[in-house]
Amino acid sequence: MFTAGNTMKKNNSAMTVDADKRVTFDIERIRGDFPILHTMVRGKPLVYLDNAATTQKPLHVIDADQRYYHSQNANIHRGVHYLSEVATFEYEKARGKVKNFINAADNHEIIFVRGTTEAINLVAHGYGRKFLSEGDEVIISAMEHHSNIVPWQMVCEEKKAVLRVIPMNDDGELIIEEFEKMLSPKTKFVSVVMVSNSLGTINPVKEIIRSAHAQNVPVLVDGAQAVSHLKVDVRDLDCDFFAFSGHKLFAPTGVGALYGKAEILDRMDPYQCGGDMIESVTFEKTTFNALPYKFEAGTGNIAGVIGLGVAIDYIRRVGMDEIETYEHELLVYGTGLLSAIDGVRLIGTAKEKAGVLSFVLETVHPHDIGTILDMEGIAIRTGHHCTQPVMKRFGIPATARASLSLYNTKDELDALARGIGKVKEVFHS
Amino acid sequence: MSAINELYQQLILEHNKSPRNFKTMDDADKKAEGFNPLCGDHYTIFLKIKDNRIADIGFQGAGCAISKASASMMTAAIKGATVEEVEALFQKFHAVVTGKMTSDTDVEDLGSLGALAGVAEFPARIKCASLAWHAMHSVLHEMNDSTKTVVTSDTMT
Ligand SMILES: Cc1ncc(COP(=O)(O)O)c(C=O)c1O
Repeated sequence: MFTAGNTMKKNNSAMTVDADKRVTFDIERIRGDFPILHTMVRGKPLVYLDNAATTQKPLHVIDADQRYYHSQNANIHRGVHYLSEVATFEYEKARGKVKNFINAADNHEIIFVRGTTEAINLVAHGYGRKFLSEGDEVIISAMEHHSNIVPWQMVCEEKKAVLRVIPMNDDGELIIEEFEKMLSPKTKFVSVVMVSNSLGTINPVKEIIRSAHAQNVPVLVDGAQAVSHLKVDVRDLDCDFFAFSGHKLFAPTGVGALYGKAEILDRMDPYQCGGDMIESVTFEKTTFNALPYKFEAGTGNIAGVIGLGVAIDYIRRVGMDEIETYEHELLVYGTGLLSAIDGVRLIGTAKEKAGVLSFVLETVHPHDIGTILDMEGIAIRTGHHCTQPVMKRFGIPATARASLSLYNTKDELDALARGIGKVKEVFHS
Repeated sequence: MSAINELYQQLILEHNKSPRNFKTMDDADKKAEGFNPLCGDHYTIFLKIKDNRIADIGFQGAGCAISKASASMMTAAIKGATVEEVEALFQKFHAVVTGKMTSDTDVEDLGSLGALAGVAEFPARIKCASLAWHAMHSVLHEMNDSTKTVVTSDTMT
């Protein structure tokens, strides 16, 4: 166990204070907060290792959802009545929590969206379509999720701009020298993933941002896989945009946030148009509302936003540093276990990694691995993980991926290793 | 037998390891591609048809054990059969793997193809078992088009 400086003040945290004032990460207590972890699937205790796809929800988030619909539901920013005021207050309070969580400068730099996908589309549309022109270049990386490839491909096609790709090495690390060479006066935008969902690589985004800014190029960071594993400080990173999804951060599905520096957001066009995002409408002309409402057209996922705020409260109580340390321990343990199994090849062996154990097994297709593990109650994901170019880079059709979260345990990784043993038994390999 | 051992029967593992008719055919009359974008399973089926019969058949490609064994067993089962016999077998196979027909006689009628009946217990894997069959079936009745690509979708299991 480990010590943690000053995060032990709150008494309803998942930390317990030892006699000598050291703080320990109380895994049993954390697991107690997530009811689904105690269900049986296929007659076995659930071992949930598909956290990169979506995380489970703590009681606090589930209760907040109930509470909202029981006693707070109303539309926001629209009513003079009591409930509307309550809902608006809770919604805006969540904005403040997101702002603090990623250390943005101002609440109005936080835009609520459906998730990472919508956030990236918003920027590709509102910035890309407005500012890109023929011959310009947009740089992404070889390990992007399809949601950070396709929107850029579409604007580039429309604007006759060129999409360039930072290559990676055999460990799944970006080759930064190649990126430096790619940067030129033609570069107009850079969009990169902070933590790869299929490899687990933590990319040196701060360095990428510094180089891009030296050429006045704005950078979007896809933080979908980063926020639940690492401390994120958008001002320290100095990124221009940061996107993440609530559902990968213990919050409900259908909600996420886009951070953008106010001065860039101000120059961008709205993504969707309708209610809430306008200041005044006549049939001749519409003037847009101020940030962030300019980008929040229509009624959003109000309960989801409030749930996101509650999820953020939850992980801040546990402590981001503690989570990072605990998960790193799990990752090292799991890497050791899997590497020791004859025939297992880990895909993604970067020095800096978080949360993901992607692997292939000689002679057994990932799909078959997934089915056999599922019968053991172990949930992993198999397939290309929406990163087909990554699969191509490694010359494989798919991987089996176990992805970790703060509530996983070494026992569960042992179960995974035993499950892989079972796969080999079935296949006599 | 546990559901897993039922799914991964010896016969299936054996076809996966040493698939039958695993060959390309330059002189094929018809060619069909089956592709499952979700998992990347990808097969090409080659057919030679003479006097209303499957005179020869081959397949190439890669995927999971279920899809590969199923493709292999299909080629063995329909080689030499008439187009009508293939059609009847396709319907029966489809019914068995989707769990729509589970009486033992139906499974027995399928012969060794009945080994795939265990798939019905695994909804996520039905598509794997039917991929090659759908590809073959889609091109069999084509009068004009001698090549066809089939992409599996949820409505097509
Ligand atoms: C790295 C990365 N980017 C983007 C996304 C898309 O997130 P969402 O589906 O929540 O919009 C994901 C989710 O799988 C992801 O892992």
